Amino acid sequence: MTPEKVAKGSTRRQFLADTARMACGVGMLGLGLGLYARHATALPPAALRPPGALPETEFSAACIRCGMCVRDCPYDMLQLAKPEEPMSTGTPYFVARQAPCEMCEDIPCIKACPTGALDHALKDITKAKMGLAVLVDHETCLNFLGLRCDICYRVCPVIDKAITLDPQRNARTGDHTMFIPVVHSDACTGCGKCEKACPTEIAAIKVFPLYMAKGQLSAHYRLGWVEKEKAGGSLVAPDAEHQYNMPEGMKYEYGKGLSATPQETVPNNAVPPVPTFAVPKALQGGKL
Amino acid sequence: MSALPLKPGAEAIEAKGWLPAHKWLLMRRTSQLGILLAFLVGPWLDLWIVKGNLNYSYTLGVLPLSDPYLLLQALVAGQVPEKLALIGVAIVIGFYLIVGGRGYCSWVCPVNLVTDLANWLRAHLGLKGGAHLTRATRYWVLAMTLIVAAATGTLAWEMINPVSILHRGLIFGLGFAWMVILTVFLFDLFVMRHGWCGHLCPVGAFYSLIGKFSAMRVVLPQREACNDCMDCYAVCPEQQVIRPALKAIDGTAPIILDSACTNCGRCIDVCSKDVFAFGARFNHAAPIPK
Repeated sequence: MTPEKVAKGSTRRQFLADTARMACGVGMLGLGLGLYARHATALPPAALRPPGALPETEFSAACIRCGMCVRDCPYDMLQLAKPEEPMSTGTPYFVARQAPCEMCEDIPCIKACPTGALDHALKDITKAKMGLAVLVDHETCLNFLGLRCDICYRVCPVIDKAITLDPQRNARTGDHTMFIPVVHSDACTGCGKCEKACPTEIAAIKVFPLYMAKGQLSAHYRLGWVEKEKAGGSLVAPDAEHQYNMPEGMKYEYGKGLSATPQETVPNNAVPPVPTFAVPKALQGGKL
Repeated sequence: MSALPLKPGAEAIEAKGWLPAHKWLLMRRTSQLGILLAFLVGPWLDLWIVKGNLNYSYTLGVLPLSDPYLLLQALVAGQVPEKLALIGVAIVIGFYLIVGGRGYCSWVCPVNLVTDLANWLRAHLGLKGGAHLTRATRYWVLAMTLIVAAATGTLAWEMINPVSILHRGLIFGLGFAWMVILTVFLFDLFVMRHGWCGHLCPVGAFYSLIGKFSAMRVVLPQREACNDCMDCYAVCPEQQVIRPALKAIDGTAPIILDSACTNCGRCIDVCSKDVFAFGARFNHAAPIPK
């Protein structure tokens, strides 16, 4: 090899070595960063996003952490995540127990958002889904204890739709009614007013991000009563009348077994006796 | 590099007086602190000149400005911003195409105050040596942040970006952001000279790419007056940009074309012979190829 070729080869080798070193070093940094970023896309349960926020995985790409929503919130209840907080640094959130969303009709936070992180198509604040209220603690909820607290029900901005009171018999006293708050996910906006207002030391009703709070039936589930109403009648054939084939003069009683019935004097032309056994309502065709 | 002068700028102060020898430095600090103050009088005094932060801001309800590097990350992560943010990007790119991409680094970015302080202290404490990395590392980091954004579908870099963490922290509440900033400060002080801004920061790398085409440059109308005092090298945060233009290496025109130049203007300040000045790149012949 000529000296020129040697020099050329060694610079090429140097270049490749430098490139490999840089790619590996920066690549390692990138791997760490990527894993860290993936971990931070799960929202902690106490943190709620402003109204119209995209699902968390998309939100962490769409939100540019500018804080315009924080600035334009007239109630100043939004804050930006600090680096030590367990979510994407700089993204907006609120904590219902500290300061809930006041559900402004004109939704200024969405208007302020320069990206699609807060969905600009959301015009009606009652359609917001910031989270879902869940009455998590039946043991400390005052209404469950038989008191007429009702505060969560009364402060709810979507009263009688998002939270209703379901009267139930108080088994402890035997003759009182418990008014059980029931949250309806179709109407609850997740504003957090109920959690903020709950008078117990630690709130019995809490607002969680939807992914934590909402269950889902399997896709193949059908509710019989809904299907029946849709079809305008029963979808299954009524049950055939059950025939009891007992030895003559015998009857069957639950728990007692067969016993003889006293011989009745029946006129020959009379209809045969109808069994006195009451068929359960649900088994009488057409009611399913 | 041969020994740099211990007190860069002493000659210039003698020749021009203290104020002219600090003119651009003072203007730069005024700009950095002024921009920060404009953001701060909102939360401090309820006087809303500008809302938001350096990622996206809205001035006096008319002027949207957004960070093109950040929106590029959002784009590769699969998100398209709304109209105002796009207008903001166009304005910002247009602006830096005129004043020089890395003008952002030296005239706007709050981290520059931190790293300049680290560098000043490093010089005064006589700290030498430290880790070595090529200055091209920042472009690798820039590429990495975009790849990670695309791969994870998140703005991953924003989780740790000291630039936005500091600026947002100062305006919206610091939290543990000071630790990130202290890390950058200590890194520049003890580990690597001009380490963060000069070698690693992908934000600066991105603005430097814009700067490849930008109009305003440091020009050298009197490069033949240079007396090799080395003061400009001593103060320049991107020393490598000076030599080709100053020494006419390979017939380079008297204009600093390297886009790593931050247009800080400190070389203009410290030169007692007035070699440097701000000017437009178009007034000078293109570099003569080899």
